[in-house]
Amino acid sequence: MTAPESGYNFAYLDESTKRMIRRAILKGVAIPGHQVPFGSREMPLPYGWGTGGIQVTASILGPADVLKVIDQGADDTTNAVSIRAFFRRVAGVATTERTAEATVIQTRHRIPERPLTENQILVYQVPMPEPLFRLEARVAETRRMHALADYGLMHVRLYEDVARHGRIATSYNYPVMVNGRYLMSPSPIPAFDNPKMHRMPALQLFGAGREKRIYAVPPWTEVRSLDFDDHPFRPIRAPQSCALCGSQESYLDEVLTDDRGGRIFVCSDTDWCAERQAAREAAE
Amino acid sequence: MTPPLLSARGLELRFGRIAALDGVDLDIWPGEVVAIVGESGSGKTTLLRVLSGLMPPDAGEVVFDGQDVLGMSEAARRRLMRTDWGFVHQNPRDGLRMGVSAGGNIGERLMAVGARHYGGIRAQASEWLARVEIDPSRIDALPRTFSGGMQQRLQIARTLVTHPRLVFMDEPTGGLDVSVQARLLDLIRALVAELGLAVLLVTHDIAAARLLAHRILVMRHGRVVEQGLTDRVLDDPQHPYTQLLVASVLAA
Repeated sequence: MTAPESGYNFAYLDESTKRMIRRAILKGVAIPGHQVPFGSREMPLPYGWGTGGIQVTASILGPADVLKVIDQGADDTTNAVSIRAFFRRVAGVATTERTAEATVIQTRHRIPERPLTENQILVYQVPMPEPLFRLEARVAETRRMHALADYGLMHVRLYEDVARHGRIATSYNYPVMVNGRYLMSPSPIPAFDNPKMHRMPALQLFGAGREKRIYAVPPWTEVRSLDFDDHPFRPIRAPQSCALCGSQESYLDEVLTDDRGGRIFVCSDTDWCAERQAAREAAE
Repeated sequence: MTPPLLSARGLELRFGRIAALDGVDLDIWPGEVVAIVGESGSGKTTLLRVLSGLMPPDAGEVVFDGQDVLGMSEAARRRLMRTDWGFVHQNPRDGLRMGVSAGGNIGERLMAVGARHYGGIRAQASEWLARVEIDPSRIDALPRTFSGGMQQRLQIARTLVTHPRLVFMDEPTGGLDVSVQARLLDLIRALVAELGLAVLLVTHDIAAARLLAHRILVMRHGRVVEQGLTDRVLDDPQHPYTQLLVASVLAA
């Protein structure tokens, strides 16, 4: 493990920036689902790689924290490895790939399969915080719609989905209603993960660096996926079981294995998959 | 006598030195169609915008069903706009969502007031398409594939689906050719009678006003120069400007 770099403040950001971000986080926690503007800083990675998430993580990290970073559920992808290494170097915190051991989990596009606890914080990287984006082009108008809870337009989109495809075809970034008040984009997690947000014991924080917004879902908050009475929300999952661990509940990635059409389905949550494989080997 | 549904008193609005509204009073009773006629620039559309709360006047008051329209919060006004009120624009593109299917356009107001049953929304949408003489099999077609007259009828269906009590119409037949205009006017007249709507109709088309309206207000330079029952105003115009307006209608 590399030693922490000298010359940087703890966790890279200076203290006043962290204070500013923490204020935005507190405001977000106080108004679940409401997007709070904040002064997003330049970070040493490009927009779209998690600049929002990394700033939120930097602001909440303490020396005793254990950090896990996942990208599409995997611990071993470039983004996850780099962000883990970054915080090892600038904060000297312990990092892990085990969901159960982590106190802070920064994620892109997934929620871990293992249920989170009250002692954990889940930080999402959000590319586009505005759920009404693409439906209403004017930001001033979307803010007014949030202020007045005027969300009929979102249902028009779901209606169009059902009219065209016979079902709600939105399979990721599926809009949710937080605490019965604010419409929220859950970041591009699969709709499969939406039910996990509902009354989750862990604090959920969302950071959008380019769009300069932070929002939050406090522990045990109601998070409902929008739907119709006669077309209820359905989490979508490939019908296969994992080729490595045999799981029939976890969210699967389809992986090409050769250039002759060979493909397998494996868990997208690598830690979950590895734990199950280890447990099976131990049993044998 | 029942109180008026919408009542305006002493409306004033100036754009610089031009008086767009100069002491306008107006009452509309439930189920009544009132036309506002006048030449371009006489303040007709401004009056419509002020009455519907889209534009604040310099002075005056507007009361709808006992509520002060100008003083109410934006949330309350929006609620009114999607329940008790409807607005039919001259250009259907302003009133429709062009990227959303006909059914979605009609369903939007229903969903905005809390309808969450897809089958129910769809049934109402197809019923309304039939009522405005659009083939219900086109429920999933985009409005841009519709003709101008069909788009206007779709806009009317979308507005009336929540059974508003008062509908503002801004030149609903503008930009349509004569035969399509005639059909649209017929349709509006039938729907208005059937649903007992109150309509405030802005038009420069005297013939449309005669066909639809119970009462007519003639506006010029921001003032109401003459008002009364439609046939009285058009057959026996008193004010010189009204006489000019009636006389300048081309007889086919």
